[in-house]
Amino acid sequence: MLGLNKKDTSLLLIVAVLTLLAPFILNPFPEGSAMAQFNAGYPDLMQRFVIFGIFAIGFNILFGLTGYLSFGHAAFLGVGSYAAVWMFKLISYNVIPAILLSVVVAGLFSLLIGFISLRRSGIYFSILTLAFAQMSFALAYSVLSNPKFNLTNGETGLQVYADDPQWFHRANAPDLPHLFGVSMRSTYTMDVGGWSFDFNAGYYLCAVIMMVVFYLAIRIFRSPFGMMLRAVKSNQQRMNYTGLNSRPYTLAAFVISGMYAGLAGGLMAAMDPLAGAERMQWTASGEVVLMTILGGTGTLIGPVLGAGFIKYFENIFSKINDNVLHSWFAFLPDGMEDFMVFIIHPFIGKGWHLTLGLLFMLVVIFLPGGLVEGGQKLLNWVRGKRKDKKTSGKTEPAE
Amino acid sequence: MGILEVKGVNKRFGGLQALGDVNLSVKENSVHAIIGPNGAGKSTLLNCLVGKLIPDTGSVMFDGQSVLGRAPFEINQMGISRVFQTPEIFGELTVMENMMIPIFAKRDGAFRMHAYETVQNEKQIVEAAEEMLEEMNMADKRDMNSASLSRGDKRRLEIGMCLSQQPRLLLLDEPTAGMARADTNNTIDLLKQIRDERDITIAIIEHDMHVVFSLADRITVLAQGTPLVEDSPENIRGNPKVREAYLGESA
Ligand SMILES: Nc1ncnc2c1ncn2[C@@H]1O[C@H](COP(=O)(O)OP(=O)(O)OP(=O)(O)O)[C@@H](O)[C@H]1O
Ligand SMILES: [Mg+2]
Repeated sequence: MLGLNKKDTSLLLIVAVLTLLAPFILNPFPEGSAMAQFNAGYPDLMQRFVIFGIFAIGFNILFGLTGYLSFGHAAFLGVGSYAAVWMFKLISYNVIPAILLSVVVAGLFSLLIGFISLRRSGIYFSILTLAFAQMSFALAYSVLSNPKFNLTNGETGLQVYADDPQWFHRANAPDLPHLFGVSMRSTYTMDVGGWSFDFNAGYYLCAVIMMVVFYLAIRIFRSPFGMMLRAVKSNQQRMNYTGLNSRPYTLAAFVISGMYAGLAGGLMAAMDPLAGAERMQWTASGEVVLMTILGGTGTLIGPVLGAGFIKYFENIFSKINDNVLHSWFAFLPDGMEDFMVFIIHPFIGKGWHLTLGLLFMLVVIFLPGGLVEGGQKLLNWVRGKRKDKKTSGKTEPAE
Repeated sequence: MGILEVKGVNKRFGGLQALGDVNLSVKENSVHAIIGPNGAGKSTLLNCLVGKLIPDTGSVMFDGQSVLGRAPFEINQMGISRVFQTPEIFGELTVMENMMIPIFAKRDGAFRMHAYETVQNEKQIVEAAEEMLEEMNMADKRDMNSASLSRGDKRRLEIGMCLSQQPRLLLLDEPTAGMARADTNNTIDLLKQIRDERDITIAIIEHDMHVVFSLADRITVLAQGTPLVEDSPENIRGNPKVREAYLGESA
């Protein structure tokens, strides 16, 4: 289907079903139950899942295929956000021009940075991208926000004000980002028994876009171009002596992944019409690296899983506080209860980074292929068990 | 005029004169062997031919055009393919993918952004790659990861990758180094077949005299970066200067 082989088609279908049904899947616990805090099916978080999924899918095209590790991709995300907000300020709150411009601007910006950074490889390339991203951060944070020329609005962040031109704004359109009149914030809530499910317009826009760019990523992975990118990672020397110029290949991959990042930034602004310099900070660049490695570098679905995993932890673990812990361990004798809370306390709330760090170490050490490898091992194990049962019934096991 | 003309090439690494006034002429459709003791500068000479190194002085002409100052990929596109002393293949890719890449490079040039097609749908390329694998006797290893091939098979694959581009000049750097006798004989047969069936010029560096005398039409002996003699295999065999160069090295 769609020019994909069977395996890729089913992968695409699974992703499509999961994203479309996410409001149900992510809200398995009834409202008001003790477990409800583990629900992730609210619009804000679901939007973040798919937006960072897009960011990581694009990053993986560069890092997973060519092996070039960029530490500056947040710069493209930030540039995308600024471009989108400027479209809101100048044109109108319709998200289409905003998203288009964010992709174009991020593409041009990554062409420039990629052209320079790709003169080096390995650690030097990583450092160059990091330096560029920090320069972009500094530009956005202070240099480009002075009274004479205010492109980024510095610390406050770029936002839309009542006196902005919005040349094409129509009176009957919402005063918030919208898609031809449908506000990104409009949400339909479905109550079933104790459960409540939110269907948010913004989420579905992001979800559809993610499916499209995920499909494009599959096409790239299976194309001759994708094969050349893997050749870059495998042996550049052989590539050059085979008559191939590796530079334009890496640059193309860099720009494509920069455009994915810009798209993610544009969508972020479309969900919430604000752009701040902190989006470009090196921690944000590092996060997408973690997502990709955690999920499974070079795999199709890995980056999406990694993005979901990290965003889930960031939002759910960080909300657990000592009161919640006390209520969990209330069944223990007092001394024990306090002790357990004391032990777990550093890993929750603001300490969620600690938990994430530990998990990241465990994955890198025991599952170098990331969550995808973990899933495959689990699947093989289950299959093996089933086979064992079958064969042991009939004949004696081999060995 | 040979297809490859090397004139007055010098190359220094710091205080070491790796190549000193090298002149070499390789005739079209011949097999030209370059022999010499370890450290004689044989690999350095090849590096100067494919753009890996630039000689300090001198000229290198291929088919009437200078190769100096061109990038390795441009020199390959001119029609020179090189097999390395240690096999250089795409270890993380399958044998089939390894074979397809040079064929793509031959058809599409140094860069083409074919990001929306599917590799499997490139029927011509798939067929050509499969044919080449067949010719290399590697069809059964088609879907293996190339890193897990034996050393002999890696070398075969690399030779196949170079041949699939139908180069006019094939450069081989010790193609049988580290091979068992049987593998060496297979390689000799393979190279003989290539020499007889294709319109190709071969320059080969080799330590194994059995290989050299089975294949070469001309032999150049290199010692300490300078060509000692260039002659036919029969004359080289009895030449006392050549003996001395080798014996002097091992003494
Ligand atoms: N990049 C380099 N930098 C410094 N010295 C080098 C470099 N490449 C080669 N050499 C030196 O130049 C000399 C010739 O080396 P080369 O590799 O060409 O020898 P060779 O004839 O191929 O030997 P072998 O039979 O061992 O492969 C050696 O002394 C080597 O140490
Ligand atoms: Mg050598």
